[in-house]
Amino acid sequence: MIKVEHVSKYFGEKKVLSDINTEFENGKCNLIIGKSGSGKTVLMKCLVSLYTPDEGYIHFDDRILRHLNKKEKMLLRKDIGMLFQGGALFDSMTIEENIMFPIRMFQLSDYKTMRKRVDFCLERVNLSGINKQYPSEISGGMQKRVAIARAIATQPKYLFCDEPNSGLDPQTSIVIDQLIKEITHEYNITTVINTHDMNSVMEIGENINFINQGQLWWKGNYHNVLNSNNTELNDFIFCSALTKRLKPQNDHE
Amino acid sequence: MKKLRYLIEDFGNYLLLMKEVFRWPQNMHIFKRQLLFEIRTLGLDSILIVFLVSVFVGVAVVVQLLINLENPIYPDWIYGFSARKTMMLEFSPTIIALILAGKCASKISSELGTQRISEQIDALEVMGVHSASYLILPKIIACMITFPLLIIMSIFVSILGGAVGAMTIGTLSMAAYTDGLRLEYHNIDLIFAIVKIFVYSIIISTIASYRGYTLKGGSVEVGIQSTKSVVQSCIVIMIFDLIITNLFM
Ligand SMILES: Nc1ncnc2c1ncn2[C@@H]1O[C@H](COP(=O)(O)OP(=O)(O)OP(=O)(O)O)[C@@H](O)[C@H]1O
Ligand SMILES: [Mg+2]
Repeated sequence: MIKVEHVSKYFGEKKVLSDINTEFENGKCNLIIGKSGSGKTVLMKCLVSLYTPDEGYIHFDDRILRHLNKKEKMLLRKDIGMLFQGGALFDSMTIEENIMFPIRMFQLSDYKTMRKRVDFCLERVNLSGINKQYPSEISGGMQKRVAIARAIATQPKYLFCDEPNSGLDPQTSIVIDQLIKEITHEYNITTVINTHDMNSVMEIGENINFINQGQLWWKGNYHNVLNSNNTELNDFIFCSALTKRLKPQNDHE
Repeated sequence: MKKLRYLIEDFGNYLLLMKEVFRWPQNMHIFKRQLLFEIRTLGLDSILIVFLVSVFVGVAVVVQLLINLENPIYPDWIYGFSARKTMMLEFSPTIIALILAGKCASKISSELGTQRISEQIDALEVMGVHSASYLILPKIIACMITFPLLIIMSIFVSILGGAVGAMTIGTLSMAAYTDGLRLEYHNIDLIFAIVKIFVYSIIISTIASYRGYTLKGGSVEVGIQSTKSVVQSCIVIMIFDLIITNLFM
Protein backbone atom coordinates (compact mmCIF):
# COMPACT_ATOMS: atom_id res chain seq x y z
CA MET A 1 0.00 0.00 0.00
CA ILE A 2 1.17 3.50 -0.75
CA LYS A 3 -0.08 6.31 1.42
CA VAL A 4 0.21 9.94 0.40
CA GLU A 5 0.03 12.51 3.21
CA HIS A 6 -0.28 16.25 2.68
CA VAL A 7 1.93 16.27 -0.39
CA SER A 8 2.58 19.63 -2.06
CA LYS A 9 4.97 20.49 -4.83
CA TYR A 10 6.06 23.85 -6.19
CA PHE A 11 7.96 24.73 -9.34
CA GLY A 12 9.33 28.15 -8.48
CA GLU A 13 6.31 30.21 -7.50
CA LYS A 14 3.85 27.87 -9.16
CA LYS A 15 2.03 25.43 -6.93
CA VAL A 16 1.54 22.29 -9.02
CA LEU A 17 0.30 19.95 -6.28
CA SER A 18 -1.44 21.15 -3.16
CA ASP A 19 -2.08 19.06 -0.09
CA ILE A 20 -2.78 15.69 -1.68
CA ASN A 21 -4.01 12.99 0.72
CA THR A 22 -4.82 9.55 -0.59
CA GLU A 23 -4.07 5.85 -0.48
CA PHE A 24 -3.17 3.42 -3.24
CA GLU A 25 -4.18 -0.08 -2.29
CA ASN A 26 -2.48 -3.42 -2.71
CA GLY A 27 -3.62 -5.71 -5.49
CA LYS A 28 -5.76 -3.01 -7.05
CA CYS A 29 -5.53 -0.73 -10.04
CA ASN A 30 -5.38 2.74 -8.54
CA LEU A 31 -6.19 5.44 -11.06
CA ILE A 32 -5.20 9.06 -11.09
CA ILE A 33 -7.38 10.92 -13.55
CA GLY A 34 -7.54 14.54 -14.56
CA LYS A 35 -7.17 17.00 -17.38
CA SER A 36 -3.92 17.56 -19.20
CA GLY A 37 -1.69 19.75 -17.04
CA SER A 38 -3.51 18.95 -13.82
CA GLY A 39 -0.40 17.51 -12.21
CA LYS A 40 -0.74 13.75 -12.71
CA THR A 41 2.78 13.19 -13.99
CA VAL A 42 4.26 15.41 -11.31
CA LEU A 43 2.44 13.44 -8.61
CA MET A 44 3.69 10.18 -10.06
CA LYS A 45 7.26 11.46 -10.25
CA CYS A 46 6.96 12.49 -6.61
CA LEU A 47 5.83 8.95 -5.78
CA VAL A 48 8.88 7.38 -7.42
CA SER A 49 11.08 10.14 -5.91
CA LEU A 50 12.25 11.61 -9.18
CA TYR A 51 10.91 14.83 -7.68
CA THR A 52 11.04 15.57 -3.97
CA PRO A 53 7.76 16.98 -2.64
CA ASP A 54 8.15 20.31 -0.87
CA GLU A 55 5.76 19.23 1.85
CA GLY A 56 4.26 15.99 3.04
CA TYR A 57 5.10 12.33 3.34
CA ILE A 58 4.82 9.28 1.11
CA HIS A 59 4.66 5.85 2.76
CA PHE A 60 5.58 2.69 0.88
CA ASP A 61 4.08 0.15 3.26
CA ASP A 62 6.31 0.70 6.30
CA ARG A 63 8.95 2.78 4.53
CA ILE A 64 8.65 6.56 4.52
CA LEU A 65 10.24 8.08 1.44
CA ARG A 66 11.46 11.25 3.14
CA HIS A 67 13.26 9.30 5.87
CA LEU A 68 15.15 6.95 3.58
CA ASN A 69 18.82 7.56 2.94
CA LYS A 70 20.26 7.21 -0.54
CA LYS A 71 21.04 3.53 -0.19
CA GLU A 72 17.62 2.63 1.16
CA LYS A 73 16.03 4.61 -1.63
CA MET A 74 17.97 2.59 -4.18
CA LEU A 75 16.76 -0.60 -2.54
CA LEU A 76 13.18 0.60 -2.65
CA ARG A 77 13.54 1.41 -6.31
CA LYS A 78 14.38 -2.17 -7.11
CA ASP A 79 10.80 -2.94 -6.10
CA ILE A 80 9.45 -0.31 -8.49
CA GLY A 81 8.52 -0.69 -12.12
CA MET A 82 7.60 2.39 -14.08
CA LEU A 83 6.18 3.09 -17.48
CA PHE A 84 6.94 6.62 -18.65
CA GLN A 85 4.54 8.74 -20.63
CA GLY A 86 6.94 8.71 -23.60
CA GLY A 87 8.11 5.11 -23.17
CA ALA A 88 11.72 6.08 -22.38
CA LEU A 89 13.22 2.97 -23.96
CA PHE A 90 17.02 2.90 -24.22
CA ASP A 91 17.54 3.64 -27.88
CA SER A 92 21.01 2.16 -28.11
CA MET A 93 19.74 -1.27 -27.07
CA THR A 94 17.58 -3.83 -28.81
CA ILE A 95 14.12 -4.63 -27.47
CA GLU A 96 15.49 -7.73 -25.80
CA GLU A 97 18.35 -5.86 -24.15
CA ASN A 98 15.91 -3.21 -22.98
CA ILE A 99 13.72 -5.71 -21.18
CA MET A 100 16.69 -7.68 -19.92
CA PHE A 101 18.47 -4.61 -18.60
CA PRO A 102 16.89 -4.32 -15.13
CA ILE A 103 17.20 -8.08 -14.59
CA ARG A 104 20.81 -8.14 -15.71
CA MET A 105 21.72 -5.17 -13.57
CA PHE A 106 20.54 -6.56 -10.26
CA GLN A 107 19.51 -10.17 -10.44
CA LEU A 108 22.15 -12.75 -10.96
CA SER A 109 20.44 -15.17 -13.28
CA ASP A 110 21.90 -16.94 -16.27
CA TYR A 111 21.30 -15.88 -19.82
CA LYS A 112 18.83 -18.65 -20.58
CA THR A 113 16.53 -17.76 -17.70
CA MET A 114 16.66 -14.11 -18.69
CA ARG A 115 15.83 -14.95 -22.29
CA LYS A 116 12.85 -16.93 -21.08
CA ARG A 117 11.68 -14.04 -18.94
CA VAL A 118 12.04 -11.64 -21.90
CA ASP A 119 10.03 -13.91 -24.15
CA PHE A 120 7.40 -14.30 -21.46
CA CYS A 121 7.09 -10.53 -20.95
CA LEU A 122 6.95 -9.86 -24.67
CA GLU A 123 4.28 -12.48 -25.10
CA ARG A 124 2.18 -10.89 -22.39
CA VAL A 125 2.13 -7.63 -24.32
CA ASN A 126 1.43 -9.46 -27.59
CA LEU A 127 4.78 -8.70 -29.18
CA SER A 128 6.56 -12.01 -29.58
CA GLY A 129 9.40 -12.17 -32.06
CA ILE A 130 10.66 -8.59 -32.12
CA ASN A 131 13.58 -9.31 -29.77
CA LYS A 132 16.34 -8.14 -32.07
CA GLN A 133 14.76 -4.93 -33.32
CA TYR A 134 15.63 -1.46 -32.06
CA PRO A 135 13.09 0.92 -30.48
CA SER A 136 13.34 3.26 -33.47
CA GLU A 137 12.23 0.46 -35.77
CA ILE A 138 8.87 -0.18 -34.11
CA SER A 139 5.73 1.92 -33.86
CA GLY A 140 4.89 4.24 -30.96
CA GLY A 141 2.23 1.91 -29.60
CA MET A 142 4.61 -1.01 -29.77
CA GLN A 143 7.22 1.04 -27.90
CA LYS A 144 4.63 1.62 -25.16
CA ARG A 145 4.02 -2.08 -24.90
CA VAL A 146 7.72 -2.88 -24.79
CA ALA A 147 8.02 -0.31 -22.02
CA ILE A 148 5.32 -2.15 -20.09
CA ALA A 149 7.19 -5.41 -20.65
CA ARG A 150 10.33 -3.79 -19.28
CA ALA A 151 8.45 -2.41 -16.26
CA ILE A 152 7.13 -5.84 -15.29
CA ALA A 153 10.32 -7.75 -16.11
CA THR A 154 11.65 -7.68 -12.55
CA GLN A 155 8.30 -8.54 -10.97
CA PRO A 156 8.00 -5.26 -9.09
CA LYS A 157 5.92 -4.79 -5.96
CA TYR A 158 4.85 -1.33 -7.06
CA LEU A 159 3.96 -0.56 -10.65
CA PHE A 160 3.55 2.98 -11.97
CA CYS A 161 2.09 3.62 -15.40
CA ASP A 162 1.95 7.12 -16.83
CA GLU A 163 -0.76 7.01 -19.47
CA PRO A 164 -0.25 3.41 -20.56
CA ASN A 165 -2.69 3.67 -23.43
CA SER A 166 -2.34 7.14 -24.84
CA GLY A 167 -1.48 6.78 -28.50
CA LEU A 168 -2.94 3.29 -28.78
CA ASP A 169 -6.02 2.18 -30.69
CA PRO A 170 -9.10 1.29 -28.57
CA GLN A 171 -8.60 -2.44 -29.00
CA THR A 172 -4.95 -2.47 -27.97
CA SER A 173 -5.81 -0.09 -25.14
CA ILE A 174 -8.21 -2.61 -23.72
CA VAL A 175 -5.63 -5.38 -24.07
CA ILE A 176 -3.13 -3.26 -22.17
CA ASP A 177 -5.68 -2.34 -19.49
CA GLN A 178 -6.59 -5.98 -19.02
CA LEU A 179 -2.94 -6.93 -18.93
CA ILE A 180 -2.17 -4.42 -16.19
CA LYS A 181 -5.24 -5.52 -14.25
CA GLU A 182 -4.30 -9.18 -14.54
CA ILE A 183 -0.73 -8.63 -13.44
CA THR A 184 -1.89 -6.50 -10.55
CA HIS A 185 -4.28 -9.14 -9.27
CA GLU A 186 -2.03 -12.08 -10.01
CA TYR A 187 1.04 -10.79 -8.18
CA ASN A 188 -0.79 -8.58 -5.70
CA ILE A 189 1.02 -5.47 -6.93
CA THR A 190 0.20 -1.92 -5.92
CA THR A 191 -0.46 -0.36 -9.28
CA VAL A 192 -0.85 3.36 -9.89
CA ILE A 193 -2.06 4.48 -13.30
CA ASN A 194 -2.31 7.98 -14.75
CA THR A 195 -4.94 8.23 -17.40
CA HIS A 196 -7.56 10.40 -19.02
CA ASP A 197 -9.09 7.57 -20.97
CA MET A 198 -12.71 6.96 -19.94
CA ASN A 199 -12.55 3.37 -21.14
CA SER A 200 -9.80 2.59 -18.65
CA VAL A 201 -11.70 4.39 -15.94
CA MET A 202 -14.76 2.17 -16.42
CA GLU A 203 -12.69 -0.94 -17.11
CA ILE A 204 -10.10 -0.99 -14.33
CA GLY A 205 -10.93 1.94 -12.02
CA GLU A 206 -11.03 0.07 -8.74
CA ASN A 207 -9.84 3.12 -6.90
CA ILE A 208 -10.09 6.45 -8.65
CA ASN A 209 -8.47 9.75 -7.65
CA PHE A 210 -9.61 12.76 -9.62
CA ILE A 211 -7.09 15.58 -9.66
CA ASN A 212 -7.99 19.07 -10.76
CA GLN A 213 -5.54 21.97 -10.77
CA GLY A 214 -3.18 20.11 -8.48
CA GLN A 215 -5.81 19.29 -5.89
CA LEU A 216 -7.48 16.01 -5.09
CA TRP A 217 -11.07 16.75 -6.04
CA TRP A 218 -12.84 13.43 -5.73
CA LYS A 219 -12.21 9.80 -4.73
CA GLY A 220 -14.21 6.74 -5.64
CA ASN A 221 -14.40 3.81 -8.04
CA TYR A 222 -16.04 2.77 -11.30
CA HIS A 223 -19.34 2.04 -9.57
CA ASN A 224 -19.92 5.55 -8.38
CA VAL A 225 -17.89 7.63 -10.84
CA LEU A 226 -20.87 8.18 -13.15
CA ASN A 227 -23.32 9.35 -10.56
CA SER A 228 -21.26 11.67 -8.45
CA ASN A 229 -22.47 15.23 -8.07
CA ASN A 230 -19.05 16.80 -8.29
CA THR A 231 -19.31 19.42 -11.03
CA GLU A 232 -15.67 19.34 -12.12
CA LEU A 233 -15.64 15.56 -12.25
CA ASN A 234 -18.83 15.52 -14.29
CA ASP A 235 -17.40 18.12 -16.66
CA PHE A 236 -14.35 15.93 -17.07
CA ILE A 237 -16.25 12.70 -17.63
CA PHE A 238 -19.22 13.81 -19.66
CA CYS A 239 -17.41 15.86 -22.24
CA SER A 240 -17.42 13.50 -25.20
CA ALA A 241 -20.45 12.59 -27.28
CA LEU A 242 -20.14 8.97 -26.23
CA THR A 243 -20.01 9.56 -22.51
CA LYS A 244 -22.80 12.15 -22.66
CA ARG A 245 -25.13 9.35 -23.65
CA LEU A 246 -24.40 7.65 -20.36
CA LYS A 247 -25.45 10.66 -18.37
CA PRO A 248 -29.23 10.96 -18.80
CA GLN A 249 -29.77 7.40 -17.54
CA ASN A 250 -28.17 8.34 -14.28
CA ASP A 251 -30.12 11.56 -14.04
CA HIS A 252 -33.41 9.67 -14.32
CA GLU A 253 -32.53 7.36 -11.48
CA MET B 1 28.80 39.90 -10.60
CA LYS B 2 25.77 37.79 -11.45
CA LYS B 3 27.85 35.95 -14.02
CA LEU B 4 30.52 35.18 -11.46
CA ARG B 5 27.94 33.74 -9.08
CA TYR B 6 26.55 31.67 -11.90
CA LEU B 7 30.01 30.41 -12.74
CA ILE B 8 30.75 29.38 -9.17
CA GLU B 9 27.37 27.67 -8.88
CA ASP B 10 28.05 25.85 -12.12
CA PHE B 11 31.42 24.68 -10.89
CA GLY B 12 29.88 23.50 -7.62
CA ASN B 13 27.28 21.46 -9.46
CA TYR B 14 30.01 20.04 -11.64
CA LEU B 15 31.92 18.85 -8.58
CA LEU B 16 28.76 17.38 -7.07
CA LEU B 17 28.11 15.44 -10.25
CA MET B 18 31.67 14.13 -10.29
CA LYS B 19 31.21 12.90 -6.73
CA GLU B 20 28.28 10.84 -8.03
CA VAL B 21 30.24 9.58 -11.02
CA PHE B 22 33.30 8.19 -9.27
CA ARG B 23 31.90 5.23 -7.42
CA TRP B 24 32.32 1.51 -7.78
CA PRO B 25 30.13 0.15 -10.62
CA GLN B 26 26.98 -1.68 -9.52
CA ASN B 27 27.56 -4.43 -12.01
CA MET B 28 31.12 -5.03 -13.17
CA HIS B 29 30.11 -7.10 -16.15
CA ILE B 30 27.88 -4.39 -17.60
CA PHE B 31 30.51 -1.77 -16.81
CA LYS B 32 33.16 -3.62 -18.80
CA ARG B 33 30.85 -3.91 -21.76
CA GLN B 34 30.05 -0.20 -21.64
CA LEU B 35 33.75 0.60 -21.37
CA LEU B 36 34.65 -1.43 -24.45
CA PHE B 37 31.85 0.23 -26.35
CA GLU B 38 33.04 3.71 -25.37
CA ILE B 39 36.65 2.85 -26.20
CA ARG B 40 35.45 2.02 -29.66
CA THR B 41 33.27 5.07 -30.25
CA LEU B 42 35.45 7.65 -28.50
CA GLY B 43 38.91 6.22 -29.18
CA LEU B 44 39.09 3.96 -32.20
CA ASP B 45 36.71 6.09 -34.23
CA SER B 46 39.03 9.07 -33.71
CA ILE B 47 42.10 7.38 -35.16
CA LEU B 48 41.50 8.52 -38.71
CA ILE B 49 41.06 12.22 -37.97
CA VAL B 50 44.06 12.27 -35.62
CA PHE B 51 46.15 10.44 -38.21
CA LEU B 52 45.25 12.81 -41.04
CA VAL B 53 45.74 16.00 -39.08
CA SER B 54 49.06 14.76 -37.70
CA VAL B 55 50.49 13.78 -41.09
CA PHE B 56 49.57 17.06 -42.72
CA VAL B 57 50.76 19.24 -39.89
CA GLY B 58 54.01 17.22 -39.75
CA VAL B 59 54.62 17.83 -43.44
CA ALA B 60 53.67 21.48 -43.18
CA VAL B 61 55.86 22.23 -40.16
CA VAL B 62 59.03 20.79 -41.71
CA VAL B 63 58.37 22.40 -45.06
CA GLN B 64 57.86 25.77 -43.35
CA LEU B 65 61.03 25.33 -41.32
CA LEU B 66 63.03 24.48 -44.43
CA ILE B 67 61.67 27.42 -46.38
CA ASN B 68 61.93 30.00 -43.61
CA LEU B 69 65.24 28.93 -42.10
CA GLU B 70 67.15 28.79 -45.37
CA ASN B 71 70.17 30.72 -44.19
CA PRO B 72 73.35 28.54 -44.13
CA ILE B 73 74.23 29.74 -40.62
CA TYR B 74 71.56 27.33 -39.26
CA PRO B 75 72.92 23.84 -38.67
CA ASP B 76 71.22 20.92 -40.41
CA TRP B 77 70.02 19.33 -37.21
CA ILE B 78 67.83 22.33 -36.38
CA TYR B 79 64.99 21.12 -38.63
CA GLY B 80 64.53 17.67 -37.13
CA PHE B 81 65.11 19.01 -33.65
CA SER B 82 62.54 21.80 -33.93
CA ALA B 83 60.02 19.51 -35.57
CA ARG B 84 60.34 16.98 -32.77
CA LYS B 85 60.08 19.59 -30.03
CA THR B 86 57.08 21.29 -31.62
CA MET B 87 55.22 18.04 -32.14
CA MET B 88 55.93 16.48 -28.79
CA LEU B 89 55.54 19.46 -26.57
CA GLU B 90 52.71 21.39 -28.09
CA PHE B 91 51.14 20.16 -31.28
CA SER B 92 50.33 16.55 -30.46
CA PRO B 93 49.07 16.94 -26.92
CA THR B 94 47.36 20.31 -27.13
CA ILE B 95 46.21 20.85 -30.69
CA ILE B 96 45.09 17.25 -31.09
CA ALA B 97 43.28 17.59 -27.75
CA LEU B 98 41.38 20.55 -29.22
CA ILE B 99 40.39 18.39 -32.17
CA LEU B 100 39.34 15.58 -29.87
CA ALA B 101 37.35 18.10 -27.83
CA GLY B 102 35.47 19.04 -30.98
CA LYS B 103 34.78 15.45 -31.84
CA CYS B 104 34.22 13.75 -28.49
CA ALA B 105 32.82 16.51 -26.28
CA SER B 106 29.99 17.20 -28.69
CA LYS B 107 29.28 13.52 -29.01
CA ILE B 108 29.21 12.90 -25.28
CA SER B 109 27.08 15.89 -24.38
CA SER B 110 24.53 15.47 -27.15
CA GLU B 111 24.17 11.79 -26.39
CA LEU B 112 23.61 12.37 -22.67
CA GLY B 113 21.37 15.36 -23.37
CA THR B 114 19.12 13.34 -25.62
CA GLN B 115 18.94 10.61 -23.02
CA ARG B 116 17.96 13.23 -20.47
CA ILE B 117 15.14 14.79 -22.48
CA SER B 118 13.70 11.46 -23.58
CA GLU B 119 13.50 10.45 -19.89
CA GLN B 120 15.93 7.55 -20.34
CA ILE B 121 18.00 8.85 -17.43
CA ASP B 122 14.87 9.05 -15.27
CA ALA B 123 14.04 5.49 -16.28
CA LEU B 124 17.49 4.36 -15.12
CA GLU B 125 17.07 6.18 -11.83
CA VAL B 126 13.68 4.61 -11.18
CA MET B 127 15.17 1.16 -11.77
CA GLY B 128 17.67 1.89 -9.00
CA VAL B 129 20.65 2.38 -11.29
CA HIS B 130 23.18 5.09 -10.37
CA SER B 131 22.64 6.75 -13.72
CA ALA B 132 25.51 9.23 -13.43
CA SER B 133 28.05 6.56 -12.72
CA TYR B 134 26.57 4.06 -15.17
CA LEU B 135 26.52 6.48 -18.09
CA ILE B 136 29.46 8.78 -17.43
CA LEU B 137 32.21 6.72 -15.79
CA PRO B 138 32.86 4.46 -18.82
CA LYS B 139 33.14 7.55 -21.02
CA ILE B 140 35.70 9.23 -18.77
CA ILE B 141 37.80 6.11 -18.39
CA ALA B 142 37.62 5.37 -22.12
CA CYS B 143 38.98 8.87 -22.83
CA MET B 144 41.71 8.47 -20.21
CA ILE B 145 42.86 5.24 -21.82
CA THR B 146 42.57 6.05 -25.51
CA PHE B 147 43.61 9.71 -25.73
CA PRO B 148 47.22 9.11 -24.56
CA LEU B 149 47.53 6.28 -27.09
CA LEU B 150 46.18 8.55 -29.80
CA ILE B 151 48.74 11.19 -28.87
CA ILE B 152 51.63 8.73 -29.05
CA MET B 153 50.42 7.76 -32.49
CA SER B 154 50.10 11.41 -33.42
CA ILE B 155 53.68 12.22 -32.38
CA PHE B 156 54.98 9.30 -34.37
CA VAL B 157 52.94 10.03 -37.45
CA SER B 158 53.66 13.75 -37.48
CA ILE B 159 57.40 13.13 -37.32
CA LEU B 160 57.09 10.70 -40.21
CA GLY B 161 55.09 13.38 -42.00
CA GLY B 162 58.01 15.72 -41.36
CA ALA B 163 60.30 13.25 -43.12
CA VAL B 164 58.00 13.29 -46.11
CA GLY B 165 58.08 17.09 -46.05
CA ALA B 166 61.87 17.07 -46.00
CA MET B 167 61.97 14.72 -48.95
CA THR B 168 59.61 16.81 -51.05
CA ILE B 169 61.67 19.96 -50.56
CA GLY B 170 64.86 17.99 -51.16
CA THR B 171 67.41 20.33 -49.55
CA LEU B 172 67.73 18.28 -46.37
CA SER B 173 69.13 14.75 -46.26
CA MET B 174 67.24 12.09 -44.35
CA ALA B 175 70.31 11.46 -42.20
CA ALA B 176 70.42 15.10 -41.14
CA TYR B 177 66.72 15.04 -40.31
CA THR B 178 67.05 11.93 -38.13
CA ASP B 179 70.16 13.34 -36.49
CA GLY B 180 68.09 16.34 -35.53
CA LEU B 181 65.31 14.10 -34.23
CA ARG B 182 67.75 12.23 -32.00
CA LEU B 183 69.63 15.25 -30.71
CA GLU B 184 69.33 15.66 -26.97
CA TYR B 185 66.29 13.47 -26.67
CA HIS B 186 65.01 12.98 -23.15
CA ASN B 187 62.08 10.81 -22.18
CA ILE B 188 60.77 13.65 -20.08
CA ASP B 189 59.33 15.24 -23.22
CA LEU B 190 57.18 12.20 -23.88
CA ILE B 191 56.10 11.99 -20.25
CA PHE B 192 55.23 15.67 -20.41
CA ALA B 193 53.06 15.06 -23.46
CA ILE B 194 51.30 12.14 -21.82
CA VAL B 195 50.65 14.01 -18.58
CA LYS B 196 49.15 16.84 -20.61
CA ILE B 197 46.81 14.68 -22.64
CA PHE B 198 45.81 12.72 -19.56
CA VAL B 199 44.66 15.92 -17.90
CA TYR B 200 42.94 17.08 -21.09
CA SER B 201 41.10 13.78 -21.46
CA ILE B 202 39.59 14.28 -18.02
CA ILE B 203 38.71 17.88 -18.84
CA ILE B 204 37.00 16.98 -22.12
CA SER B 205 35.02 14.02 -20.86
CA THR B 206 33.87 15.53 -17.57
CA ILE B 207 32.85 18.92 -18.94
CA ALA B 208 30.94 17.33 -21.79
CA SER B 209 29.25 14.87 -19.44
CA TYR B 210 28.26 17.63 -17.06
CA ARG B 211 26.76 19.70 -19.88
CA GLY B 212 24.77 16.80 -21.26
CA TYR B 213 23.71 15.11 -18.06
CA THR B 214 22.34 18.23 -16.37
CA LEU B 215 20.58 19.51 -19.45
CA LYS B 216 17.02 20.85 -19.13
CA GLY B 217 14.66 21.57 -21.98
CA GLY B 218 14.36 20.30 -25.52
CA SER B 219 16.30 19.62 -28.69
CA VAL B 220 17.42 23.24 -29.06
CA GLU B 221 19.04 22.96 -25.67
CA VAL B 222 20.90 19.82 -26.77
CA GLY B 223 22.52 21.84 -29.55
CA ILE B 224 23.34 24.76 -27.27
CA GLN B 225 24.87 22.59 -24.56
CA SER B 226 26.91 20.52 -26.97
CA THR B 227 28.41 23.68 -28.47
CA LYS B 228 29.03 24.98 -24.96
CA SER B 229 30.80 21.79 -23.99
CA VAL B 230 33.21 22.12 -26.93
CA VAL B 231 33.93 25.79 -26.30
CA GLN B 232 34.37 25.38 -22.56
CA SER B 233 36.61 22.36 -22.80
CA CYS B 234 38.80 24.19 -25.37
CA ILE B 235 39.14 27.17 -23.06
CA VAL B 236 39.92 25.04 -20.03
CA ILE B 237 42.46 23.04 -22.07
CA MET B 238 44.28 26.23 -23.03
CA ILE B 239 44.33 27.39 -19.41
CA PHE B 240 45.71 24.06 -18.26
CA ASP B 241 48.24 24.11 -21.10
CA LEU B 242 49.71 27.25 -19.58
CA ILE B 243 49.59 25.89 -16.04
CA ILE B 244 51.20 22.55 -16.86
CA THR B 245 53.85 24.11 -19.09
CA ASN B 246 54.78 26.54 -16.33
CA LEU B 247 54.98 23.76 -13.77
CA PHE B 248 57.18 21.49 -15.87
CA MET B 249 59.49 23.87 -17.70
N1 LIG C 1 9.85 20.40 -14.50
C1 LIG C 1 8.85 21.29 -14.43
N2 LIG C 1 9.12 22.59 -14.23
C2 LIG C 1 8.14 23.50 -14.13
N3 LIG C 1 6.84 23.22 -14.26
C3 LIG C 1 6.49 21.94 -14.47
C4 LIG C 1 7.48 20.91 -14.58
N4 LIG C 1 6.85 19.74 -14.80
C5 LIG C 1 5.53 20.03 -14.83
N5 LIG C 1 5.30 21.34 -14.64
C6 LIG C 1 3.99 22.00 -14.59
O1 LIG C 1 3.17 21.23 -13.74
C7 LIG C 1 1.86 21.16 -14.26
C8 LIG C 1 1.40 19.72 -14.28
O2 LIG C 1 2.15 19.00 -15.22
P1 LIG C 1 1.99 17.44 -15.44
O3 LIG C 1 3.03 17.03 -16.38
O4 LIG C 1 1.91 16.76 -14.13
O5 LIG C 1 0.57 17.34 -16.15
P2 LIG C 1 -0.25 16.02 -16.50
O6 LIG C 1 -1.44 16.02 -15.62
O7 LIG C 1 0.65 14.85 -16.46
O8 LIG C 1 -0.71 16.33 -17.98
P3 LIG C 1 -0.78 15.34 -19.25
O9 LIG C 1 -2.04 14.62 -19.14
O10 LIG C 1 -0.77 16.29 -20.40
O11 LIG C 1 0.42 14.48 -19.21
C9 LIG C 1 1.88 21.79 -15.63
O12 LIG C 1 1.23 23.04 -15.54
C10 LIG C 1 3.33 21.99 -15.94
O13 LIG C 1 3.51 23.21 -16.59
MG1 LIG D 1 1.46 13.55 -17.86
